[in-house]
Amino acid sequence: MAEKTVKFIIQRQDNENSAPYEEEFEVPYRPGMNVISALMTVQRNPVNAKGQATSPVTWDMNCLEEVCGACSMVINGKPRQSCSALVDQLEQPIRLAPMRTFPVVRDLQVDRSRMFDALKKVKAWIPIDGTYDLGPGPRMPEKKRQWAYELSKCMTCGVCLEACPNVNSKSNFIGPQPLSQVRLFNAHPTGAMNKAERLETIMGEGGLANCGNSQNCVQSCPKGIPLTTSIAALNRETTIQAFRNFFGSDQD
Amino acid sequence: MAGNREFFNRRLHSLLGVIPIGLFLLQHLTVNHFATDGVDAFNKAANFMGNLPFRYVLETVVIYLPLLFHAIYGLYIAFTAKNNVSRFGHFRNWMFLVQRITGVITLIFITWHVWETRVAAAFGAEVNFQMMQDILSSPLMFAFYVVGILSAIFHFANGLWSFLVSWGITQSPRSQAISTYFTMAVFVLLSIVGIQTLLAFV
Ligand code: SF4
Ligand code: FES
Repeated sequence: MAEKTVKFIIQRQDNENSAPYEEEFEVPYRPGMNVISALMTVQRNPVNAKGQATSPVTWDMNCLEEVCGACSMVINGKPRQSCSALVDQLEQPIRLAPMRTFPVVRDLQVDRSRMFDALKKVKAWIPIDGTYDLGPGPRMPEKKRQWAYELSKCMTCGVCLEACPNVNSKSNFIGPQPLSQVRLFNAHPTGAMNKAERLETIMGEGGLANCGNSQNCVQSCPKGIPLTTSIAALNRETTIQAFRNFFGSDQD
Repeated sequence: MAGNREFFNRRLHSLLGVIPIGLFLLQHLTVNHFATDGVDAFNKAANFMGNLPFRYVLETVVIYLPLLFHAIYGLYIAFTAKNNVSRFGHFRNWMFLVQRITGVITLIFITWHVWETRVAAAFGAEVNFQMMQDILSSPLMFAFYVVGILSAIFHFANGLWSFLVSWGITQSPRSQAISTYFTMAVFVLLSIVGIQTLLAFV
């Protein structure tokens, strides 16, 4: 029994509506292991720390290299990606919990639909489809492309929403992630053709103005997206848009 | 405009906090500072303010209505947040929380303060140096005034910071950092003015 183990305290939940409970697991230590590899060990041998057989813990994952955002969970109190959470860098016992800002599906697995719905709502794409070939669009300056690339790194992981005090069950705030995407698609030379439409969407209920500037999002984003700069920039754009709507001509 | 009501309300809330409420706070602190020059100076200034032409119209339009909107909408904002400084202890998140706490304290303080001075005046009491001296002679009330005034000033100073962000004036992290220093300097300086005034009454 000299084998080194890592202790996990996992907040579990059997289905969408059942009450959460904690279960502890002792996972054999392996050098370089991360939270997901530990969860995989639990899945292969679902026995808890008391030695009782239990159901395997569920979670979400896909890329395993911090680009898809699916594996986010709350690890030792902080929302982050479990695939890039190295056990050697974590304080033990390691506490895992689902991101409760989202509806929990089961155990550590959450339903991130609200973010995809938000992207649809703000039209976070560039419309190029038509009934005939529209030809090439305007070119984007290289410097701007490099800047926009940083914003495009968002992987819809949900960490910024989990961190935001204004995204919760009492509020309808859309959250930082789709807002920054509005800035990205409005900056694109073709995307800019729908700029006013996107701005007006985020000026609606639950939109941009709900930001309370706690700036947790920018501190938490694993991709280093300048969320609060995006929000402040959109604040200016919507100020101008609001004046245009009120004082402007019928063309604005 | 109907679809944008929330946007409009939030922006109005932010604007009213600075104009006119913030400006009124500045003026109020300045005028009251006459107390440090003695009883007569204060009474003269208070008299001048209290006898401005169209006083009731001015008070209602410049102070009471904006304050009422700012307070009610502010309470709504404060209570729809789920504060999480224990998990995210960043500076701005703390300011976010303190902004909400000082907002509530300020509301309680102002309600009391208006009751004790303006409402009392409507019932015939005279608002002068003596009145404030009587109020502040109780150590409990003195402490309440210190907390209330500091809360109001903090809420104004930090609110100025978020006003600049909310209207899209400060966008870059650097401009936001510098405006943090600036608004905190405003907090410290106005606090000195406020506390000096309070001390003049004891
Ligand atoms: S902005 Fe950052 S934290 Fe938010 S969803 Fe995108 S990658 Fe995740
Ligand atoms: S599995 Fe894709 S980010 Fe972790």
